[in-house]
Amino acid sequence: MKKQGNDNLVIAGRTFKSRLFIGTGKYSTFQQMKEAIELSGAEVVTVAVRRVNLDRKNEESLLDYIDTKKYFLLPNTAGCYTWEEAVRTARLSREILGTNWVKLEVIGNEKTLMPDTMGLLKAAEVLIKEGFVVLPYTSDDHVLAKKLEEIGCPAVMPLGAPIGSGLGIRNPYNIKIIVEMSRVPVIVDAGVGTASDASIAMELGCDAVLINTAIALAREPLLMAEAMKYAVEAGRKAFLAGRIPKKLYASASSPIDGVIGT
Amino acid sequence: MQIKINGKMKNLEYSEISLKKLLYLLDMGDKGIAVELNGEIIRKDSFESTILKEGDVLEIVHIVGGG
Repeated sequence: MKKQGNDNLVIAGRTFKSRLFIGTGKYSTFQQMKEAIELSGAEVVTVAVRRVNLDRKNEESLLDYIDTKKYFLLPNTAGCYTWEEAVRTARLSREILGTNWVKLEVIGNEKTLMPDTMGLLKAAEVLIKEGFVVLPYTSDDHVLAKKLEEIGCPAVMPLGAPIGSGLGIRNPYNIKIIVEMSRVPVIVDAGVGTASDASIAMELGCDAVLINTAIALAREPLLMAEAMKYAVEAGRKAFLAGRIPKKLYASASSPIDGVIGT
Repeated sequence: MQIKINGKMKNLEYSEISLKKLLYLLDMGDKGIAVELNGEIIRKDSFESTILKEGDVLEIVHIVGGG
């Protein structure tokens, strides 16, 4: 059987079995987040870097809830609006976590959270020179995705729709073009609202999907975490299996010969 | 002396204080945090030898949930 065995995702020499990346924001408790991560089967878990709240001492730490031997923590630069802030944040995350991987975000608009693509390119260049493994959150523009690949990003992370919007893959054709043109893994980051959206991303040939809000803010986050696990697996298998061409007219599934009364 | 920590001015009853001692006074160890002093990251092994002075700007960050 074709492609049934080893179908691992490899990024910058690192191998992942799960093609679902999961975010840790917006959960009602750390315990719920922990259980959702476990049920999702994800290995890559994104986190953010923020100022310590000096007025709230002895707060619980998110890191107490994530087994860093089992999960690969991927810090982001969410909330950064300039390339300088993003670079600083990446350096700080490396200092805390000891990882040189970063999910690079340079945000260009508060309302849409669309990336500032020029700032993104600049930050990526600086960080790559410093030895970072840069996974850029980018728009669904294949020209930009190619540029990011060319400057040394080992994967690209185009958005399916605005962050947290749950609108699904708004422009599947753009995502498909990025997939076809890229020589590095393509990870849809942002926009997934429910399981079918994740499947569609994978059916388009994406290598992985990053999901946060759709799980954390579902009525039942744990159930949705599981749903996303299966959706990503199903979409991946369907992509590998190859969908049939769409046809305008019917083609009977049951034999035409031997129908009674003929 | 006055120093700025995470965007807020703080009065300290010291004329000089090491970063390590400040973190201790703030009830913080050195685990799970990173510190930037005037825009430069201070490595954990330099916390003790780093002496803060009037007008210094500190950023103390940790990991939180995010997407």
